[in-house]
Amino acid sequence: MTHPEHKVTFWKKYLFSTDHKQIGYLYGFTGLIFLFFGFCLVMLMRWQLAYPEQPLPLIGKWFGETRMPGGVMLPEFYNQLGAMHGTIMVFLGVVPIAVGAFGNWLIPLQIGARDMAFPKLNLASYWAFFVGGVIMLVSFFVPGGAASSGWTSYPPLANIATIGQTLWLFGMVALITSSLLGAVNMIVTIIQLRAPGMTFGRLPFFVWAQLVTSFLLLLAFPPLEAAGVLQLMDRLAGTSFFMPSGLMISGQQLPISGGGNVLLWQHLFWFLAHPEVYVLILPAMGIVGEVIANNCRKPLYGYRMLVGSAIFIGFMSFIVWAHHMYLTNMGTAISSFFQATTMIISIPSVIILACLFLTLWGGSIRFNIPMLFALAFLPMFGIGGLTGLPLGLAASDIPLHDTYYVIGHFHYVVAPGTIFALFAGIYYWFPKATGRKMSNWLGHLHFWPSLICMNLIFMPMMIQGLAGVSRRLYDGGASYEYLQGVLHWNVFISHGAWMLAFSQIPFIINFFGSMIKGKKVESDNVWDSTTLEWATPTPPPHGNFVQDIEVYRGPYEYSVPGSKRDFSPQNEKEI
Amino acid sequence: MSSEYMPYTVETRPDTGLYNARLGIWLFLASEVMLFGALFSTYILLRVGAEPGHWPQGASILNVPIGTFNTAILIASSMTMVMSWASLKLKNFGKYKLYMGLTILFALVFLGMKYIEYSQKFEHHLFPSHSTYLAIYFTLTGLHALHIIGGVIVNGYFWGPGSRMWQTDPGRFTNRIEVAGLYWHFVDLVWIFLFPVLYLL
Repeated sequence: MTHPEHKVTFWKKYLFSTDHKQIGYLYGFTGLIFLFFGFCLVMLMRWQLAYPEQPLPLIGKWFGETRMPGGVMLPEFYNQLGAMHGTIMVFLGVVPIAVGAFGNWLIPLQIGARDMAFPKLNLASYWAFFVGGVIMLVSFFVPGGAASSGWTSYPPLANIATIGQTLWLFGMVALITSSLLGAVNMIVTIIQLRAPGMTFGRLPFFVWAQLVTSFLLLLAFPPLEAAGVLQLMDRLAGTSFFMPSGLMISGQQLPISGGGNVLLWQHLFWFLAHPEVYVLILPAMGIVGEVIANNCRKPLYGYRMLVGSAIFIGFMSFIVWAHHMYLTNMGTAISSFFQATTMIISIPSVIILACLFLTLWGGSIRFNIPMLFALAFLPMFGIGGLTGLPLGLAASDIPLHDTYYVIGHFHYVVAPGTIFALFAGIYYWFPKATGRKMSNWLGHLHFWPSLICMNLIFMPMMIQGLAGVSRRLYDGGASYEYLQGVLHWNVFISHGAWMLAFSQIPFIINFFGSMIKGKKVESDNVWDSTTLEWATPTPPPHGNFVQDIEVYRGPYEYSVPGSKRDFSPQNEKEI
Repeated sequence: MSSEYMPYTVETRPDTGLYNARLGIWLFLASEVMLFGALFSTYILLRVGAEPGHWPQGASILNVPIGTFNTAILIASSMTMVMSWASLKLKNFGKYKLYMGLTILFALVFLGMKYIEYSQKFEHHLFPSHSTYLAIYFTLTGLHALHIIGGVIVNGYFWGPGSRMWQTDPGRFTNRIEVAGLYWHFVDLVWIFLFPVLYLL
């Protein structure tokens, strides 16, 4: 199948192309920029936590009198940074890269399709995401600054916050629209556009993970959209959905009808936000599965168990949300229900992790950069997961709730967990996307300091949390007598965070440098892989495949006995 | 350009029995069920949590005859929507134009009646901020009206400029009308739940 070479403009080629790979790159670049921006927000916060009330040297005076007068951070600005760090990292950084970039770029390639099922819708969902991101950024510059009620936006605090909260809600509506369109597109693509012979049992684990993720996005996001509409009504039309009767602020009764329910928001929010946790982790598990199978030169252990576990996680994630709400006096019966479901959902997660570990057993492992990141994912996600168990049980959650223990726990899952998996994916598929390899030693220079710094940052948070440091204190606990013994960790963690920033410099140099000067790949299949994306020319052209694709075997047929090579690509009839 | 090699836009995929857009619209409607489901849950929670005697009888505030009329007109528009699709299946483009035109007309009548209802409420100073009952009434019916407006825009496009596809790709155009129809029936169905919940209970 040939395509006439059109003379296309820059705009048409890069920004408004309906090609799934180009849209994937757009998502990837935008997501990486937001990831870096969100990291910058938290580095500012870490200055305040380590050295409360001290002026930030050099750049402190750039932030203006309303944010950092004389370079000293105001509590209001700290709250904005905290709320926006969470929002940007989750909704504008990790999910767009994991689902928008990797999902878009890789799914059609791995199932042998020429594009996504709805290419124009795909482009629309990117631009909806972009608009949402711009609204979030603009909100920093309105009177009163950005949203400051935490990424969870709990009312009544969020209802009476400054206009930044309204923009946050509009931004979220745009982002939700984007992921809805994206999710519909992914599911239809996976179900309808599989190449001949690509049965569901032969789909790579990454595709399965993305399929479950898309269902979560499709069904969990609308309740948050509903909640967002209700909060907008509260803020703009003066309704009282989340405002109880007789609410007093600064000694004054609010002029509202009342009759609302603050817990309504929490239920609707966590009904999204718990599945969202699995939206963050499932694509990461998918990427790690691909990288580990390839670099162990043996099939993934328990493919069917992995797929079954991913689907089971998908179902269960809809009935665990209230384990974020043990402190709301739900009653023992409801707490018991959510404790039971929370313990049950940990089982498939453990199965997935165990299968990935067992894949290593007896493999002839290649310790290249993607593999290092994938291997680091396993224990880091393990720590993140295991530290979550005490939070899933009401008795142990009550003292730990809203402390730095929680922060440490979920950052272990997302930062050295998901983000490491994303790095693994970038190093692994970079040669296919660009035709050039990334530098190995810059990769080592990126990986080892990052791994160490991640632990320097998040392990002490667990210690602080167990000592009772609350997560939203803008002085890091300095004003509390009983926290004096753990305050020195604030300085330690902050230095870890800034060192982590320096460890990303080799990555940035490597990423852009290798695009221009990286060593050219000798073959279309640099890692000797079995899945279909390596059966394309490098980089894959518009339409992806030059030959007609037919699939003859499962995704991970490495080291098949009797075969000439140690890998048997899915599309080759003879092994 | 991409439609050149996009399979299953007209014919169905043998092993799934679906064409792409039909699967897509069902998935989209699933997400819509979650959206309105969350709002209906909100209604239940607010009503159950209201202080005794504070939740009004819908009929004491709202105009039931207008609501009944609107229910009937929306059901009628759903029927003409099916008939417009059936006309395309029977290769009768003229009938299609007629029935699709009627569908749009009924939808506009519905919106007009809704406008009258809203302005009557506003004249009596019954705003969303008046009570949680009116808040959920305006939110649910307002969001539903936005869905109607979206449907009118899509159907209007297929009635006007979009209908040129009938000349070039009749199979695909018929599928488009089917997909638009599925959406339209869903919007109709939401109203069939909204009417008794808000007006009668």
